[in-house]
Amino acid sequence: MAVPVHYYLIVSALLFGIGVLGVLTRRNAIVIFMSIELMLNAGNLSFVAFSKALEGLDGQLFVFFVMVVAAAEVTVGLAIIVTLFRNWKTIFVDEVRLLKG
Amino acid sequence: METAWVIPALPFAGFLINGLWGRRLPKKFVGWIACGAMGLAFLAASRLLWILLQETPTGRFWEPVYYTWIRAGDFQVDVSFLIDPLSMVMILVVTGVGFLIHVYSIGYMHEDPGYPRYFAYLNLFASAMLLLVMANNLLVMFVGWEGVGLCSYLLIGFWYEKQSASDAGKKAFIVNRIGDFGFLLGIFLTFWTFGSLNFREIFEAALVRFPTGDAVVVGITLLLFVGAMGKSAQIPLYVWLPDAMEGPTPVSALIHAATMVTAGVYMVARCSVLYALAPFSMGFVAMIGCTTAVFAASIGLVQNDIKRVLAYSTVSQLGYMFLGCGVGAFVAGIFHLMTHAFFKALLFLGAGSVIHALSGEQDIQRMGGLRSKLPVTFATFVMGSLAIAGIFPFAGFFSKDEILFETLMSGHWVLYGLALGGAGLTAFYMFRLVFLTFFGESRMDPHAAHHVHEAPRTMAVPLMILAALSLTGGWVQIPGIEGGRVFGAFLDPVFHEASQLLGHHGGATHPPLWLEGALMGVSVAVALAGIFLAYGWYMKDPQRPVRAAQKFARAYRWLFHKYYVDEFYQATVVNPLKQAAESTHQWVDRRFIDGAVDGTGSAFRSLSAVVRRIQTGLVHHYALSVLAGACVLLLFVLAL
Amino acid sequence: MELFLFVVFSLITLVSAAAVVWHPHPVKSALFLIVTFFAMGGLYLLMQAEFIALMQVLVYAGAVMVLFLFVIMLLNLKPRGEDRSAFRKRLRWAAPLILVFLGAALTAVTSPLAQLGPSAGQGVGWVESQGGNVRAVGRALFTHAFLPFEVTSVVLLVAVVGVIVLAKKERR
Repeated sequence: MAVPVHYYLIVSALLFGIGVLGVLTRRNAIVIFMSIELMLNAGNLSFVAFSKALEGLDGQLFVFFVMVVAAAEVTVGLAIIVTLFRNWKTIFVDEVRLLKG
Repeated sequence: METAWVIPALPFAGFLINGLWGRRLPKKFVGWIACGAMGLAFLAASRLLWILLQETPTGRFWEPVYYTWIRAGDFQVDVSFLIDPLSMVMILVVTGVGFLIHVYSIGYMHEDPGYPRYFAYLNLFASAMLLLVMANNLLVMFVGWEGVGLCSYLLIGFWYEKQSASDAGKKAFIVNRIGDFGFLLGIFLTFWTFGSLNFREIFEAALVRFPTGDAVVVGITLLLFVGAMGKSAQIPLYVWLPDAMEGPTPVSALIHAATMVTAGVYMVARCSVLYALAPFSMGFVAMIGCTTAVFAASIGLVQNDIKRVLAYSTVSQLGYMFLGCGVGAFVAGIFHLMTHAFFKALLFLGAGSVIHALSGEQDIQRMGGLRSKLPVTFATFVMGSLAIAGIFPFAGFFSKDEILFETLMSGHWVLYGLALGGAGLTAFYMFRLVFLTFFGESRMDPHAAHHVHEAPRTMAVPLMILAALSLTGGWVQIPGIEGGRVFGAFLDPVFHEASQLLGHHGGATHPPLWLEGALMGVSVAVALAGIFLAYGWYMKDPQRPVRAAQKFARAYRWLFHKYYVDEFYQATVVNPLKQAAESTHQWVDRRFIDGAVDGTGSAFRSLSAVVRRIQTGLVHHYALSVLAGACVLLLFVLAL
Repeated sequence: MELFLFVVFSLITLVSAAAVVWHPHPVKSALFLIVTFFAMGGLYLLMQAEFIALMQVLVYAGAVMVLFLFVIMLLNLKPRGEDRSAFRKRLRWAAPLILVFLGAALTAVTSPLAQLGPSAGQGVGWVESQGGNVRAVGRALFTHAFLPFEVTSVVLLVAVVGVIVLAKKERR
């Protein structure tokens, strides 16, 4: 029997929640980054689910573009983390308080 | 006719060129541009005169409109000009005399590092003055009025490194502001009364609406005259003009002759209809003028600075012009304005030539015997002095005599007597100046005497031209001869309404020729008496003035210190105002305004000390707040 | 059968995702993330999105994860310093908010608003007529989504340049 679309959406929401949890609780910048990837994937899952429900391909095209952007983002983000580590000798975000005036 | 705008535009263009790029242009070029602009403006003005003369005498009235400046409801102000014989005379005087002064300045200011700046200001000055005299409404006139005020400030304080020069500039500006305030109030009252600022409309409405002596017209004319007092240096606002000699000498010539001080006389003549409707104002103008004429002449008797003597003589001569206007002889006032422009420009430029020759010496007690060393300057200066003293057949004779004559004819015996006495004083102090400067023993220090040199050609030629004008300038208005009153006939249509109101010049009541001749004789005799007295005191017996000064020590001291007017103003006006400003600064500014500003700052600082704790710099906290925001948004969408 | 596979894949996805977040060692987190991505690829396959499933495996499980592991290796990270009490403290703050968020999201997802029927798009028949999902997506990419597709290359180029600038050692 076919799986209703909103099952996928539930999975997507849970996945997103897990990603948010990771971002909020972990202090390792790389793990935070992975959690962000989880959130992005949750979004992708929703896109594909909607694409299936609407019987169109636009959602899948969108996922493709999200992936491209995510790939670019990962490279840049990891480069930033590497630079951060080089300058501060740490990648724990609570040890680097740069985001304030 | 439509191209009249080029006349003020040319000097303005010169100002822009020299003001913007003058420092990068070669010196020669700067002078050429400035003089060329004025010269072309003079040619344009001459062409305009030619066109004007083609018209019938009553049709010589044009109002070219260029641009609607302000329009609000029924109120409209155009940038437009009024070309009639009166403004034509002024345009020619401003451009002509102004041009000669420009040419003279090339030689005089040659060594000055501020050469381009000087010419830029000079051009702007001429441009503003032209705007003033060509305006067909009070508002455009006011723009020019303020423009000449500004330029006088800039030029008097031209050598701003000198404390006294920058003080004199400020004094001129501030004293003029007082007059301008009255002028502005007059404009407001005019607008409030007539709903228009256009001269023609005001005059037409005034003639219909107000009987002679109406309080409103008296108010308007008195307020406007306050402006004229400031600009034309009349009691009590004359104090800036003697100090204005701190500027370069050609500037003094420009201020005293062509531009600036004549503005007040011109304005009174322009508003002749209003003044004719207000006899009280007329009397007031005449009284102020006459008092100033005698008062300033008496100060001029004992001053030792060559330019200061001339400055007081200007104040005095302006008094004569106002006297003329005040007794209803507007033609005579304007006539004297014109001849005065010639000989006063000549005298100032001659004085400049003397100062130039003596490397900056201005004290006549330290001159003397310059006749042989500066022949051109001497000859022209004497001609100027004869003209201002009113000796036949020089220009000043005709104009001053006409004012005196008209004063007597209008029945002001006292004023006539005072003015006649003033004329004697004028002759005396002018020839005191001539004798002390050019005759007798040299009292120069040897160092300066060694360098004495005649003026270069750019300075000498304007002197000669002005000397010729000082001689012949009066011949356009020869009384008593059929067809002799060319100038008067040219101007009469402008003052037609005013003359009718005053009942002057009916033709039938023309005074007998013998009376006119006799009065002429009297004034020439008075002038000659003044000259001979000066000769006796300063040539034959040089110790006599010293003895006189000792004998009448108190009077001498009063005159020498200019009646302590400056000190009086300092004590009664300047110091109280300074103290008021100081206490306002201490109390209102420091406590109240600064307190409010500082209070705002410290309030935000303490507030931010609280708020900034939110900004921890921890990514987690920021992410948390993003999530909280997302939750709120989501719940909001669900609630919909 | 399909429901069974869905349950299996989604359980793997969620459990390994939780492990990514939970595990103190970054390398193991990364390995669990790979598992998550594979399982998600399975979910995409279940939805007949073969192209996306392939991309998921190639781009995410392949390229991106290699990058992650590479950086972890480069920085030589150890599970040092994961202060568990601080972790739990942050959890106390985050958990209620996440629960609110999840509650709201799940309500939204299960609400009638999310019950979408086939309304837009070309339809299943069209995809089959194109010869399968990969062909259909490729055709779409190179026709009406052509401009964004090309623009992605610029995005990647910018990313490459940015990374070089960032990673380059500063000259002194």
